[in-house]
Amino acid sequence: MTKKSKPQVSDLSATPVLPVSGRQPKSLAQTADQDPTRRRLLLGAAAAAGAAAVAAAPKQAQAIAPPGAVEYPVPVDPTQVPGRPPGLNGGYGTRSQFETEVREWSGSGTSSRTPLASSEGTITPSALHFERHHNGIPEIDPEEHSLLVHGMVKRPLTFTMADLKRLPSTSRVAFIECGGNSAGEYHAARGKEIHNMHGLVSSSEWTGVALSTVLREAGLESGAAWLLAEGRDAAMLSRSIPLEKALDDAVLAYAQNGEALRPEQGYPLRLLLPGWEGITNVKWLHRLDVSDAPFQTREETSHYTDLNIVTGEAKQFTFVMAAKSLILFPHPEAKLEGPGFFEITGLAWSGRGKIKRVEVTTDGGKNWHLAELQEPVLSKSQTRFRFPWVWDGEPTMLQSRATDETGYVQPSIRQLKEVRGDAERGNVNYHNNAIQTWRVNRGGTIENVHFSGNS
Amino acid sequence: MSTFLAIHRPALQLGLFALVLAMWTAALSPANTQGFTPGKYGIGTPAEAALIAALDVDVRADGVGLPAGSGNYEAGGTLFSQLCVNCHGDNLLGGRERGGALIGGRGTLTSEYPRRTVESYWPYATTLFDYIRRAMPYSSPGVLEADQVYSLIAFILGEAKIIEKSVIIGADNLAAVEMPNRDGFNADWQPEMFR
Repeated sequence: MTKKSKPQVSDLSATPVLPVSGRQPKSLAQTADQDPTRRRLLLGAAAAAGAAAVAAAPKQAQAIAPPGAVEYPVPVDPTQVPGRPPGLNGGYGTRSQFETEVREWSGSGTSSRTPLASSEGTITPSALHFERHHNGIPEIDPEEHSLLVHGMVKRPLTFTMADLKRLPSTSRVAFIECGGNSAGEYHAARGKEIHNMHGLVSSSEWTGVALSTVLREAGLESGAAWLLAEGRDAAMLSRSIPLEKALDDAVLAYAQNGEALRPEQGYPLRLLLPGWEGITNVKWLHRLDVSDAPFQTREETSHYTDLNIVTGEAKQFTFVMAAKSLILFPHPEAKLEGPGFFEITGLAWSGRGKIKRVEVTTDGGKNWHLAELQEPVLSKSQTRFRFPWVWDGEPTMLQSRATDETGYVQPSIRQLKEVRGDAERGNVNYHNNAIQTWRVNRGGTIENVHFSGNS
Repeated sequence: MSTFLAIHRPALQLGLFALVLAMWTAALSPANTQGFTPGKYGIGTPAEAALIAALDVDVRADGVGLPAGSGNYEAGGTLFSQLCVNCHGDNLLGGRERGGALIGGRGTLTSEYPRRTVESYWPYATTLFDYIRRAMPYSSPGVLEADQVYSLIAFILGEAKIIEKSVIIGADNLAAVEMPNRDGFNADWQPEMFR
């Protein structure tokens, strides 16, 4: 693959000078007084816009453009000046300088969370897809990267990225959710912001090669039952995967949302196991070792196992992320301005297949109503639901409850604790898919609470 | 397709034939034929044994994959104080940084505060070798020789009172170490089903 030469970005100072209000790039501001043309334009614009422009001052740009944005001059009236030409951003689009949503990263430096409260539709922008790394994000040159398939195969093979892209490709939408998402909410309702509670889940369209295609190229030996998937990061993260899943719907993904994977998502290659806990979707994938037994790696024994403190027994290989739903509006950082109409909306997903229905209660579980599901409803993908609600101004409890196509109904937190026991820490809190409750207070503030109604 | 080409485009047919012949010949070139039967697409390069040996660092619970070598408690303790103590603490109970506790916690798995450590929770000692070699020390993973890894394991298991401090740990006995929580895991569970 030949690298394209970097496109030449035209010099900012040579671009058409726009009448601006608010902040402007330093180079423009510094040269304005020496530039008679510019001064004339500014004066002209001021005269033309008149008092109206002063009365309706435009929103000012941030002092520093938000991440992913470039700061441009903001005209008083964008209909009266030519807009900027394409290319000022170097040819790779940036978001508006007025949009500020970012992933919030943890103090430990091992994860960042999707800002769910502001999400729209069903696809997470790649730049906002949650992250969980076990020793940082490696920088990998795709030309130096390959995938080794060995172990109980007839033909051990290596595949370059070019090899993998020659094979028949497949695309699908899938959510990825960390097995530890919502863990902090299991013992007690603690979170104040929805991304801190539940932000380790995101959705993308993924493109790559079916893992079954690559395994058939290598040829499986009889008795093969598992494979070890290993990453090329500093943790060399590894998980044992049953061949049943590998041959079902696993994908060796090299693209996300129409472009190459983001480095944080495993560039140049990751394993996609639709519906399975995030850590099994091994990033920076470089080796598959086919075996007749699981390898008992650290991440499938010490961690990501579900300890039941009632019995002391830990469930192992609890891969599937069960049906879950979440009301994203209203949420604790939002305030209802007063009685009246609000659209309750959120996301639902299941690692077992399609979401069949989402029910919403606006009276603490006394009555449940079917929410509208946004089409298309895709298997092992996030589904947007919406429910129109008129708030009477009285305190109440909001909940959503998902049912998937297998008939599995999202449990209450009480139901989960009856089965798993409860503990403040320990492994007991992986795979928390309990119904989330938002308490609406008089005055319209929203609070995160545990409430299992009469279920 | 060949009928179409035969009728309308004999020259193109000839060209295509030459192209297919060239691809076929390439697929059968000596490099691809030695002990190698192409799969359906014939894409991918046969992996040499040396390449596989260089990359294959995983260790299974039955000890398959353990390299030759051995180590002891004293050498492990020295290494631990140099490489591990910042994160895991002097007493292996966890440090100020990210490292978790490695020992202690026996009998806590049914308590309100279960403490999961190598001593109380890990079902297999082989996982220590696999994990330490691939991922530790956190700030410079991949630097430890096999004997050093075995020594660290002898130290940790000795401090955990899982083995005597005098035991030499190596490829021949690591998989046989009986971990206290060996029977604490269930891989044949029934999925929870809420309806």
